[in-house]
Amino acid sequence: MKAIQMTRDKSVTLGLLIVAFLILALLPQFTSGYLVTLLIDILKFAVLTVAWVVFSGPTGYMSLATAAFYGLGFYIAAVFSGTVPFPLLIMLAGASAFVVALGVGALTLRLRGVYFAIFTFALVLLVQNVVLEVERVVTQTRGRFVETVSTEGVYYAILIVFFLTILAAMLIRRSRYGLALQSIGEYEEAAAHSGINVVWTKVLTFATSAVFMGMAGAIIATRRTYIDPYIAFNLNTSFLPVLMAMFGGMGNLVGPVLGAALFTYIGEILLTRFPDLYMLIFGVVLIVSILFMPNGVLGLAQGVWRKMRGGGHAPS
Amino acid sequence: MHLLEGEGVSRNFGGLVAVAGVDFYVDQGEILGLIGPNGAGKTTLFNLISAALPPSAGTISYEGSPITGLPPYKICRLGIARTFQTVKIFAHLPTVRNVMVGSLFGTGSRSSATEALRIADEELEFVELSSLRDVPAGDLTLASQKRLEVARALATQPKLLLLDEIMAGLTRNEVEEAMDLIARIRARGITVVMIEHVMHAIMGICDRIIVLDFGVKIAEGTPAEVAADKKVIEVYLGEEI
Repeated sequence: MKAIQMTRDKSVTLGLLIVAFLILALLPQFTSGYLVTLLIDILKFAVLTVAWVVFSGPTGYMSLATAAFYGLGFYIAAVFSGTVPFPLLIMLAGASAFVVALGVGALTLRLRGVYFAIFTFALVLLVQNVVLEVERVVTQTRGRFVETVSTEGVYYAILIVFFLTILAAMLIRRSRYGLALQSIGEYEEAAAHSGINVVWTKVLTFATSAVFMGMAGAIIATRRTYIDPYIAFNLNTSFLPVLMAMFGGMGNLVGPVLGAALFTYIGEILLTRFPDLYMLIFGVVLIVSILFMPNGVLGLAQGVWRKMRGGGHAPS
Repeated sequence: MHLLEGEGVSRNFGGLVAVAGVDFYVDQGEILGLIGPNGAGKTTLFNLISAALPPSAGTISYEGSPITGLPPYKICRLGIARTFQTVKIFAHLPTVRNVMVGSLFGTGSRSSATEALRIADEELEFVELSSLRDVPAGDLTLASQKRLEVARALATQPKLLLLDEIMAGLTRNEVEEAMDLIARIRARGITVVMIEHVMHAIMGICDRIIVLDFGVKIAEGTPAEVAADKKVIEVYLGEEI
């Protein structure tokens, strides 16, 4: 009975995903301009947020390295711009991010709690400055040009990467590694003594999440003709996914996507309507949501749903 | 050949000597008690065996091969499982998932999720927690959480089980139940090393006892021998029992 329920849930989720994918895939045929541009932005942040949640959600290790891998994707796009096809470029960025994250992870994942967060934060600054210096000495320039790709091309690329990210996140959550990651987050020492190779599990998951960050970077880089280290390795890229995940809720994968979408959309509205008060209002919205929605928008919605149904369990 | 053997095992924390050159062995099938005053180095010794800490000096061998330097997960997969003095459970995961971590990752051979779940349910049954299988582990009573840790350790299918004060903080009845549990573990052919302060329990079920004081082994022998040892009475027991 339980198994049947599980497979039914699985096929419902898969069906919903396919429908969502089709709708999003057909969208540019019916609309253009602003909506597609907005969706590119939303999908970008959805990729970064879901990828961040893959590792930091279950383990509780707060990574602020997102901008490092995303920016690496920018630079892969710039360096190989025009020499390799766009899809290959994206894969190359994913692979580079994976390799760099393996190295960084092996060095830093022995650190716990706030030390890990600080180190990953510093990593972004370190990479930024290294690239800045290398460019100054080697190419004697500050920035680089990137060959642009059509808006539609970018849209489809980020859409595919988004679904790959969701798929990977779902597979990891449901696999044995999902349980390993959860137990590491709950009590790392007990996980290690129960037979989990905690170092390898953490490093591999960290690197896997970096793949999608790198790919997103390579795609979005083509939206700009010019990049430099300050654009590529922007710390906002590290902080926003964290806020979006908190805003949406991390209980399941709908939360981070919802968080990224709402957050980006609200930000867009505030920026266009109240350009002067943008940051102020945004700050207040954030504080209120963290104070009153500890489980994010999704948690709040589930709570309301539960109340309406009179104490039953909300679907998760 | 002893199942587990330590030679000159030592551990310092800065200037503090927690375990000082302790020789010990554990034989297949026995229940070995480890007693001594607080701070005697009992838990540190467990941490050295299970590789939570590297020893400052000395070697530990398991089934004839040295295991010093191996990471904790490998020690577990070799067949040495442990529980913790202060319970370390996965509080937000359902009870059965806690145990499944052990059967999925700790056995040393790759098992399917279905097989791991079956073993987890069996071990929950064994420690009499089946009725709480879907409850978040953090909601269990202390006694149940301690049993859960035992189940998680047993799910890794160990040959040697290290129990660190599983009776501390339990009521008289719960202590009786824990004693019964240890007897049933032994009946499965699993060797047990237990740290305990509940004297009647340790005297009642151990085949042999090692007494530590300030990191040094001061006595070793059957419960009767240890209980009659002058030094042990002086530093730990206080009076003859």
